Amino acid sequence: MKKYTNTGNKDTRSGFGAGLTELGKTNENVVALCADLIGSLKMEDFKANHPERFFQVGIAEANMIGMAAGMTIGGKIPFTGTFANFSTGRVYDQIRQSVAYSDKNVKICASHAGLTLGEDGATHQILEDIGLMKMLPGMTVINTCDYNQTKAATIAIAKHHGPVYLRFGRPSVPNFTAENGEDFVIGKAALLSEGTDVTIVATGHLVWEALVAAEALEAKGISAEVINIHTIKPLDEEAILKSVGKTGCIVTAEEHNILGGLGESIARVLALNTPAPQEFVAVNDSFGESGTPAQLMDKYKLNNQAIVEAVEKVVKRK
Amino acid sequence: MKPNTQQLNDLTTQVRRDILRMVHAVNSGHPGGSLGCTEFLVALYQVLMDRKEGFDMDGINEDLFFLSNGHISPVFYSVLARSGYFPVAELATFRLLNSRLQGHPTTHEGLPGIRMASGSLGQGMSVAIGAAQTKKLNGDKHLVYSLHGDGELQEGQNWEAMMYASAYKVDNYIATIDVNGKQIDGPTDEVLNMGSLKAKFEAFGWDVLEIKEGNNIEAIIAGMTEGKTRTGKGKPVCVLLYTEMGNGVDFMMNTHAWHGKAPNDEQLEKAFAQNAVTLGDY
Repeated sequence: MKKYTNTGNKDTRSGFGAGLTELGKTNENVVALCADLIGSLKMEDFKANHPERFFQVGIAEANMIGMAAGMTIGGKIPFTGTFANFSTGRVYDQIRQSVAYSDKNVKICASHAGLTLGEDGATHQILEDIGLMKMLPGMTVINTCDYNQTKAATIAIAKHHGPVYLRFGRPSVPNFTAENGEDFVIGKAALLSEGTDVTIVATGHLVWEALVAAEALEAKGISAEVINIHTIKPLDEEAILKSVGKTGCIVTAEEHNILGGLGESIARVLALNTPAPQEFVAVNDSFGESGTPAQLMDKYKLNNQAIVEAVEKVVKRK
Repeated sequence: MKPNTQQLNDLTTQVRRDILRMVHAVNSGHPGGSLGCTEFLVALYQVLMDRKEGFDMDGINEDLFFLSNGHISPVFYSVLARSGYFPVAELATFRLLNSRLQGHPTTHEGLPGIRMASGSLGQGMSVAIGAAQTKKLNGDKHLVYSLHGDGELQEGQNWEAMMYASAYKVDNYIATIDVNGKQIDGPTDEVLNMGSLKAKFEAFGWDVLEIKEGNNIEAIIAGMTEGKTRTGKGKPVCVLLYTEMGNGVDFMMNTHAWHGKAPNDEQLEKAFAQNAVTLGDY
């Protein structure tokens, strides 16, 4: 299988910060709003370099989303920044009416998504945000896997007209995608490694885990095809069907509730086209809890070992 | 050329007739608040706002208006149509299947004059503040206006927005509150007493002025003209517009019963008789 090199662990939120810094230099219409989490979202550089285009709204996320929607009127491209929970669940109706239904060019950028937020616990660990956002008509939903890809996605969504939900996280994770972001295209699945026995489709922090799992599977004589689905909506159905057409079964992996996530989107595509055995690596309809990111990913079975087990199960169902 | 008072009053009567016909035709919609804000919206679009010909979403170099209490869509649609944004005949499609005139205003069907969906309450002030900030970034000296129900202020997002607007000196913005003292379940004082709105807005750092005769078009023009002079001075401006829900139709006044109820045939005729002047019904 194709090998990837970790060029050094980095947090995906810093990729967002770097992307925003770049946009500050290259696109004068980009404005940024933050709800009292500038450091957590890595928005310091943008704020320092472009104070006139930076809006600190305080702990008032509903107002932030509404303001962002209004700021598009007159040509600005607002990027909002807060934790994933406060970017979605807290402000769902504001996003629904003022952003999605009104077709406003707002980029909702959400850090600390999923269990890997860690010690703060379930109040802050939203595992339902992908579902909430993908259900909104017209919303593009992106969940990036590493620093380089998050930076590339941040820059790419400024050029994409329409509402976007960009999901990333807090922990330092392997950085392995192309430094120049050339492998990132909105809506286009990234085929990371070709295989013949099973398709592993992963998103976000589970993509690296899928690559590690594929190596372990190779040693066991199972050839896994690994696909990075950074864009959950619109979904690259063609890439999924092509791969499953070859392998005949699939494992989906995501740091999200099993209900409403990437796995369900893929199950729908398969059901409508070529039904195939599928196993889900996801949180089994529960809240999270306090712990280190590694402990939580282990306890909730969101790691390479869980992917290997799911693959061994699914290949037997072919 | 701006219309004179007689022309404005005649247009106001015509807008009332439009509102009544629209809600009667589909036996749904919100006549009470629409009738109460008729003079205000006629004055805003015919006299107060600096508007460009035609419509584009960005609205650069013109004043902008956001209707936050979207349920009074009948008056908004009528005033937009009679201000040239779309054909008056299209008012006949209000709330019908495949219409651009949805129950609550939306950009989704591309109706000229609408820049933001509203209906789920409490969101318009944030949107207007955002638009006002963009005007400042663009060096556009025009103003942003918005209208909100008084009951709508029970939604918490308004207070987030109010804090922001004063803290960051959003002074190119005039928010008008339709103070009719009524909401679906009854008088606002009984449903959830909000105390003094004037004291609350002032405590939140706004420059507040009151228009006591909110159904008198000359009083509205005078009050809003004064409001315009208070912009650009470091504070957002709030206008408390005291109106009568159901104004112009005697049996719809002094009650909250017509908030969201349409008149029957007989009631429509009675209401028309009280608003006989017409510039031509659609």
